Parts: sequence; structure tokens; C-alpha cells
Amino acid sequence: MSTVPVEPVVEAPRNYLNASYGVKSWLLTTDHKRIALLYLVTITILFFLGGAFAVMIRLELATPQGDLMTPDTYNKMFTLHGIIMVFFFLVPSIPATLGNFLVPMMIGARDMAFPRINLLSWYVLTIGAVISISAAVMGGVDTGWTFYTPYSTTYSNTYVTLMAVGIFIAGFSSILTGLNFIVTIHTMRAPGLTWFRMPLFIWSHYATAIIIMLGTPVIAITLLLVGAERTLKLGIFDPALGGDPILFQHLFWFYSHPAVYIMVLPAMGVVSELITCFSRKRIFGYSFVALSSVAIAILSFLVWGHHLFVSGQSVYAGMIFSLLSFMVAVPSAIKVFNWTATLYRGSISYDTPMLYAFGFIGLFTIGGLTGLFVATMAIDLHVHDTYFIIAHFHYIMVGGTVMAYMGGLHYWWPKMTGRMYPEGWAKFSALVLFVGFNLTFFPQFILGYLGMPRRYYAYPEEFQVLNVMSSAGATILGVGYLIPLVYLFWSMRYGERASSNPWGATSLEWQTPSPPPTENFTVTPVVTEEAYTYSHEAPEHV
Amino acid sequence: MRELFRFFPDSASSISDAVDALYLWLTTVSTIMTLLIFLAIGYFAIRYRRREPGEVPAPVLGSLRLEILWSVIPFLVMLSFFTWGTYLYFHSQTSPKGGMEVFITGKQWMWKIQHPSGPREINELHVPIGVPVNLTLASEDVIHSFYVPAFRIKKDVVPGRLNRVWFQATKPGKYHLFCAEYCGTEHSGMIGWVYAMERHEYEQWLSGGGGEGSMATRGEKLFQQYGCASCHTMETAGRCPSVRGLYGRQVLLRGGEQVTADDSYLRESILNPRAKIVAGFEPIMPTFQGQINEESLLQIIAYIKSLGVEGGEEVEATKK
Repeated sequence: MSTVPVEPVVEAPRNYLNASYGVKSWLLTTDHKRIALLYLVTITILFFLGGAFAVMIRLELATPQGDLMTPDTYNKMFTLHGIIMVFFFLVPSIPATLGNFLVPMMIGARDMAFPRINLLSWYVLTIGAVISISAAVMGGVDTGWTFYTPYSTTYSNTYVTLMAVGIFIAGFSSILTGLNFIVTIHTMRAPGLTWFRMPLFIWSHYATAIIIMLGTPVIAITLLLVGAERTLKLGIFDPALGGDPILFQHLFWFYSHPAVYIMVLPAMGVVSELITCFSRKRIFGYSFVALSSVAIAILSFLVWGHHLFVSGQSVYAGMIFSLLSFMVAVPSAIKVFNWTATLYRGSISYDTPMLYAFGFIGLFTIGGLTGLFVATMAIDLHVHDTYFIIAHFHYIMVGGTVMAYMGGLHYWWPKMTGRMYPEGWAKFSALVLFVGFNLTFFPQFILGYLGMPRRYYAYPEEFQVLNVMSSAGATILGVGYLIPLVYLFWSMRYGERASSNPWGATSLEWQTPSPPPTENFTVTPVVTEEAYTYSHEAPEHV
Repeated sequence: MRELFRFFPDSASSISDAVDALYLWLTTVSTIMTLLIFLAIGYFAIRYRRREPGEVPAPVLGSLRLEILWSVIPFLVMLSFFTWGTYLYFHSQTSPKGGMEVFITGKQWMWKIQHPSGPREINELHVPIGVPVNLTLASEDVIHSFYVPAFRIKKDVVPGRLNRVWFQATKPGKYHLFCAEYCGTEHSGMIGWVYAMERHEYEQWLSGGGGEGSMATRGEKLFQQYGCASCHTMETAGRCPSVRGLYGRQVLLRGGEQVTADDSYLRESILNPRAKIVAGFEPIMPTFQGQINEESLLQIIAYIKSLGVEGGEEVEATKK
């Protein structure tokens, strides 16, 4: 008889990842953290799908002639790129993943106010995405992500209605998430966590949720009307049926301009967390940063007409919209200045999330300032619908939102997975992304002012040099996104184990183990301090 | 490719230099702002880099003075963009008196251009320099956008309405004409050239074309052909209001509203006669929606306009 040596069984501490196993335990979960991971997987797939369409666009535009694909295919490529990226990646990106994971944790709650609705919102998004992707697979859509009428209602022979149905459904996912955020933030804050002690991430998600609740129903109605006109020949937008095509633009931009802030406000929230943590400083001007999010949420609904400066809109209406568009820039500027001032006399480290935060501020500043160009009516007259616009909004959405998303993902990765990512690779890829991004999109400002219209499949030869630069940059950008995909996957298994608070941050999610237990906190935390209290010395006034 | 790098397209209209100047002002301010922020971040990041792992800096509260300063000053600078930009935009949208007229119809995927005196062109527009050119823009199908980068002007061409835009070319040359609003398969093929010519060259070009008579003459033929003449030309008002002297006049509608009989009003009254009914008449006119294309509509309007010589006096009369 021999004795089998018994290996000591080390019981891993229970956390939300190992609490239960199996596909069912994920697909039926009501844990906000697991739902966040479901979203993460979904939108990562959608991001790379949307990116693949961008690759096709940049390949075609490497030469002035249309040579790689037919014009119809090209038109579908940019349409699908826009639809997937806007409605299925950027809108859910930060709120549905980081927001879902962190909103309850940061306010010391066990879960969202409506955990089942939270799970439902993921199913709704997935169903919407499946319908939209099937529209793409069946033959695609060629209207542009803007669905301008009467092209979309009468002239396009593609799967417009099916695509509209997909986006319509996905909109409800946003609404449910927004509803959950508002109720959770109002009712489930830990004892002592007053409104002005909340981390700025929470403020920005609150402001985002307001925009989502007020704006999303409008795009839903608009798409419904497009579908009704296409299928039932109801005369709403097509002048041949007695409709008004400009009415569509008003309705569309009434949602889609605030939607820009649905994408960028959560990013601003992330950056406020990163800047404070990696400089170990209280945010400079807390209430200004917090309330500027609310100001943006309100003003964002009053600027849609700046998309119609060349449509024949009344010049006086244009004047008001132009002025309001400048006003919405003020709260954004306030944020940038306060982030910069937060660095003053800080203790600044250069960890990857901080590099992304620096990248965000730089690129968002350029995106914001070029927004002033297009708010200036006489300049818009020239650059409207040119590559200047493409460059401007990519600086905001990719330079801004995606940079912050990447920064946030790295920052909270240890909390989400219990593992550290490889710092060297992460820094390298952040640099690659920054260089690739600027090389891709900066030349497009120049192209736009030179007069190259957007959505052109072939273009005059004099625009080639700048287009080649842009395509080359896009290649680098693509590599910059693939590297993190690989090392983040790798780190889930092989990464160094993370402590509960590897960055020494102050907010509540770091006061519980990494990864957190299912109920987030074993003891409900009590908040006695303002956010970002890194030092207990009496604060100085500047 | 003449030059490897350019930052400005040709500047060839009365407003293009002004737009470039405004653009340079914006670029200058933006560059300064960007540099300030980049330098501040760079300086702080190096000056206040973490020297020991355990270091905790003293907290700094906000500063109301700074907050006000960096809200108000940028806003004042933005007001300069707003004022200058709005002034220039209003100027670009108000056509000066005494210009010539050209009528443009956008259609998937070509530009059809008519000159009042007769010549018609496709994807080419010949204009003299030094004269304001007023464009009336109509679309046969979807939204297009008339864009000449060298002139820094753009205007959407929207079906169901007539948009107007004007420019004055200042430098002879051949300039890109683009469709800027996505309009389907061959959107990027909906391009052409604007030829800005010296006055005498333009006169020469004009005398070369237009064998079919002026737009008004062609409009008159259509006016007969569609049966409009049988009712709308009587001197004394019968069942229908007369179009003689109508153009530019104030028209009293049923219900007491007054409208100016301009291009858009005439176009609407042909396609959708019941939309605005002239006071004292019955809505008996049939619709011509789908029966007359935009080019022909513009010709009929040109014809009605040509009948409106005495209209000017009547406008004065109603004002008194």
C-alpha cells in the first residue's frame, strides 16, 4: 500500500468570477459585474467588425481611382463602419462596460437598482446587433449612418428597414441602462456618500443617462418613420409624397448631436479618475468639473441646427445655433483646464492609464478646438461634408472616447480580472495608438480644407498624398488595437495577480478585493470624506 | 500634382480670401491654445513626476478666480469667431442686386445647368468674373450639395424646394465642382468644372450656344403645352388668377395671409395647387406633381417672371 501524497487544497477566495461556473451562470446572471463582462465581449467583437470596414475604406482610398471594389460596395463599407461604430460600439462602450461594472461599486452598492433589467439591456443590444449584422450580411445598407431622406426612404435599394429595426431595438438597451443608472445613483448611494462626494465618473454617467433617456426615444421615432415611409409609402420625408426631407435632419440630429456627448461624457468621467489617481491629487475645481457635465447634458440638446448651416435653414436660426454651439464648448474647456490644473504640484506617475489620459486631453483638445471651426458658420460653409468633419469627429470619438475607454480598461483591468496587464507592452501599444491615430486623422483636416468631400469613392489626384498618409496611419492604428487584444487575453491567465488597490486610489471600488465578491462589499462602506482625498492635510487655496 | 503640399485650395471668389483669413485666425488661436495645454501638461508631468513611491502631495483646492477666468476669456475669444463668422455667412447668403441668374438642377448623378438666355450645359458651368452669379438650385431626386471649394461656397440642393446661393468669381480659371451631400452609387462621380472667364470671353461663349431659345421662350412653350395658358393668361380674372405681372408681387390668400410670389411659391403652386389658394378663387387646378421635371419647372417660372415687368410698380402700390 502506498499513500498518495495529498496536495494541499488552497481555497481561492470566492469572487464574482468563480462564484459559479457554466454558460448558464453567465447568460442568466444578474450580477452587474458579469453583465459588464458580457457587454465587454460583445462590443469588442463589434469594434473589430466596425474596424474591418474601416480597413476596407482606407484601402480603397489609397489610390485616387476606384479600383478595389465597386462604388456600391464602398458605400456599404462606410455605412456599416459608421453604424456599427456609433450605435453598437461608441454609444454602449464606456457606460455599458466600465459604467456597469463601476457605478454600483463606486457608490458602495451591491448591484444596480434593477439587476434583471440590466441583464435584459444586454440581450436587447445583442438582438439589435444580430439584426443589424444580418442586414449587413444579406446585402448591406448604403445610406450612410445618417440615413438622410429621401435617399434612405425612396431611392436606396438596400436593407434599410431591417437595419433601422436593429438600431431601433438597440436603442432600448441604452434607455434601460440609462434608467438603471439614474435610479441606482439616486437611491443606492452608501451612507455618507452625498452628491458632492461622488467620484466624477458617477457625475458624468448621471449626465449621460439623462441624455440617453431624453434623446434616444427621438431617434427611435425617427427610424420608425423612415421604416414607415419605406414600407407603407407614408409621406413624411419624401417631397414627392408631400413630406419634407429637412424634417428628418432636424429629428435625426436632435438625438445624434447629444449622442456625441453620450459617447464623450463617460470618457470625461474616466479621465477625471485617471488624472486624480496618477497624480494623487484632489481634482482641481470639483464642483466645476461635476456641474459642467450637467451643463453639457442640457446644452447638447440645443445645438442640433449646426448640422444644417448649408441646408437652406433660416440664417437667423443658424445664428442662434452657432452661438449655442460655442456655449457648449465652455463646459468642455472648463474640464480640460481643471484636469491640467490638477497635475499642478501633484505626484505624477506614467502608468499606462495615465498615458491614455494624457492622450485623451491632447486629442480631445484638438477635436474640441476644430469643433469651433465648424461652429463658425462661414467656415462650415466651406468645410461642411468634407474630410475636415471626418477628422474633427474622429478626434472627439476615437481620440477622445476610445482613448479614455482604453485608459479605463487598463486602469480597472486588475479589478475586473484580478490580474495585472503587462506594463511594457501596454505602454508600447498606447504610443503606437497615439502615433497611428494622428497620422490617420490629422491629414484629413488639411484634405477637408482643400475641399475633398466625404463619402467619395474616387477622388481627384491632387488629394492622393494626404490620403496615402491617412491609410498608412490607419495601418499603424490597427496594429495598436490588436496588441492590447492579445496581451489582455494573455493576462487573464498569466498576468501577475493584482492586489485590491494596485494604484493606491481612493474610490470605493478599490476598498474591496480584486476581483470583488459577488455582493461587492462584505460590509457596506460608510463614506466620511470627499472624493480624491489622497492627503489629509488642509487643502491650499491657489 | 503641381505641388506636393498645399494647405489652401485656389482662392477665386469675392469671399474666399475673407474665409481664409477667418480660418487663419481660428487656426492661430487653436494652435496657441493647444500649445499652452500641451506645454502645461508636459511641464507639470516632468516637474511634478513621482520621485518616491510613497509620496503624497499636499492637496490644492480649486480657485474660483481661475475658473471664471478660463470660462470667460475663451468665451470672449469664441465670440470673435461667432461675430466674424456670422457676419461673413450673412454676406454669403444675401445676394447683391444686379447679378446674373443661373439655374441648376441636381440629378443622380449629374449637374444640369441652364442659363436664362438659352445655353444649357451638363457638369460644366461657365461664368464671367466680376459679376455676382445667383444660383437657383433644384433637385430631381435626392439631396445633393453644390460645392465649389475655390469659391468657399456650398449649398444643399434639396428636393421639394428651391435653394439659392450666390458667388462672384474673381480669378479666371477652371475650378472643381463637387457634390458634397452623399447621393448614392456615383456620388463621387457627380463632379464637374466651373469655368470662370473674362467678360469678353464669356460673351463669346454665350453667343455660341442656345439654339433653342431662352429659358423664358422654352417656358412659354411648356405653358401652352400643359394647358396653363387657357386659364392663367386672361387679363381680366376669370376662374384662375392671372400670371401677368405676378412675379414678385404680394398675393392675398384665402384666410387673409399674404405671400410673395417668388420662385418657391410658383413652384409649389404648380405641383401642389391646393397648398396656397389665392383669395377669391376656387381650388380647381389639378396637380402637376410627377408630370413636369425640375428643369421644365424652372423654365415655366422663368416665363412667368418674364411677364412680370409691371410687377415692380404693383409692389410699390401695395406698400402704400
